[in-house]
Amino acid sequence: MSENKVLQKKATREAFGDEIVRLGGLNKDIYVVDIDIGKSCKTTEFANKFPKQHVNVGIAEQNGAGLAAGLATTGKIPFVSTYAVFGSLRMAEQIRQEICYPNLNVKIACSHGGLTPANDGASHQAIEDMGVLRTIPNMTVVMGADYHSTRKLVAQAAEKYGPVYLRFTRDTMPFIYDENEEFTIGEAKKLKDGNDIAIIANGDTVFLALEAAKQLESKGISVKLLDIHTIKPLDRDAVVECVKIGKIITVEDHNIINGLGSAVSEVVAEEGRGKVRRIGVQDQFGQSAPYEKLLELNGITIENIVNTAQEMLL
Amino acid sequence: MSGNIIEELKQNAVDLRKTALTMIHKAQSGHPGGSFSAADIIAALYFKEMNIDPKNPNWEDRDRFVLSKGHVCPIQYSALALRGFVDYETIYTLRQFGSPFQGHPDMKKCPGIDISTGSLGQGLSCAVGMALAGKRDEKDYRVFAMLGDGECQEGQIWEAAQSAVKYELDNLVIFVDDNGLQIDGTTEEIMPNQDLELKFKAFGFETTRIDGHSMEEIVAALDNVRSSKNNKPTCIVCNTVKGKGVSFMEHSVTWHGIAPNDEEYQNALAELEGGLK
Repeated sequence: MSENKVLQKKATREAFGDEIVRLGGLNKDIYVVDIDIGKSCKTTEFANKFPKQHVNVGIAEQNGAGLAAGLATTGKIPFVSTYAVFGSLRMAEQIRQEICYPNLNVKIACSHGGLTPANDGASHQAIEDMGVLRTIPNMTVVMGADYHSTRKLVAQAAEKYGPVYLRFTRDTMPFIYDENEEFTIGEAKKLKDGNDIAIIANGDTVFLALEAAKQLESKGISVKLLDIHTIKPLDRDAVVECVKIGKIITVEDHNIINGLGSAVSEVVAEEGRGKVRRIGVQDQFGQSAPYEKLLELNGITIENIVNTAQEMLL
Repeated sequence: MSGNIIEELKQNAVDLRKTALTMIHKAQSGHPGGSFSAADIIAALYFKEMNIDPKNPNWEDRDRFVLSKGHVCPIQYSALALRGFVDYETIYTLRQFGSPFQGHPDMKKCPGIDISTGSLGQGLSCAVGMALAGKRDEKDYRVFAMLGDGECQEGQIWEAAQSAVKYELDNLVIFVDDNGLQIDGTTEEIMPNQDLELKFKAFGFETTRIDGHSMEEIVAALDNVRSSKNNKPTCIVCNTVKGKGVSFMEHSVTWHGIAPNDEEYQNALAELEGGLK
């Protein structure tokens, strides 16, 4: 972890754009299936460098998903690239029928996750995507916290056989990890170890959770902080370690229904002890507004994480 | 084309219909109507046109077949059994627990199925992906897809069609089984398709309309596709009759998705025996 790089910021969609170019050069079976918005999803360089590995189906998500499935039957590794709201919901049944049911090696790589397409308004803010896709058998659901972790996770997704949903941010996010940090899909990353309270975050909220943890530590509270970039398969052992502490806060840029908070709560309930407070989108649609304002409207803030922790410790 | 081959294909179609009927009767579940409207095209593809190897169903240079109207899989399973992809006796496990012959085709369970289908409107996109990969890899294989006319009401069919034209997939051949019926009634009543041949032509396909129960016309159409490559995908719209070959099933919405009882089965089998009238 690099304490000195927190001021450096980059959108994780840039990480996808950069990594997919690297991967496309290494493996000619890596394809990108664009759905018109390649410029925004950062696949333009890939398209220019590897035209034979690139397809653009136009504004037709359902066909993009099915076409990718057809490519995968021949041994290609297609990354279908679009916005998270379309890549999860508009093509949900195609993902289920033609990708997950036959367990084909297709990746759904989506920018504009969560509230990050803030100015675009509710139509473009994906708050249900990870929840919808984690209920489909064979699907893996991943969101990196920053540029470097996202690059590593994209590379892992390419290597791992089977359907993977990758979610990126539209907006820039502070760097949290060094470029040498290694990540494994399905394994939580422990950012801090402590024993008073556990905070579990993913994606663009990891940075907020990290700042909150620092504030709590300055108040003498010992915090265990996990970046659970993979909500499915969930790192159950890592969550069980948090259950031992007994007090868990989840933080996510996603509806609190069926996202990270729900996934963690399922484990906690099965363990039969411990208490969870879920911080995330409060089952309400967003609107056009600055990203920070939308987070604030949902209590996804450093301040609320700190206050929630202190309340739980009363 | 020698008359012998046409006669053999006609007999293959009889065998396909009888096998599919028996599967559906034994399972007491399945879709005879659409299986029979597609039977003659399936016979021509599996017994003549497609370059496939029953001993090596995943051979990477094989021709592919996508049954986008997945519910008529009994007719495809019959072809796979009669061509030796699967043991003939096992196909009577259709729709039973643990069977490779699922109610809709499952590529992971049944050898010879190139893509799992069953949700209408989706298969053509997969066929386009397969054909595009073949082009990019400079392979000679072709991809055949069979669509129902009812499923052409799905918007995704037309998304897929435009991409097949954009990528100049002259290794893609679509059959539309234009039998005019869907579950709730005729396509004219439920949602008129207008002229499907004109629609595909407008999208940029090479098109033709044939009698989908004339083996001579099916074989001639396929010969024609093979001999002319012009960077366009082909769509062969086939005038067909749902339930074709069994008088009481023909033109009947009722026989879309029900199984015959013992008496109906015997009567149907006797009618099929003699081939199409």
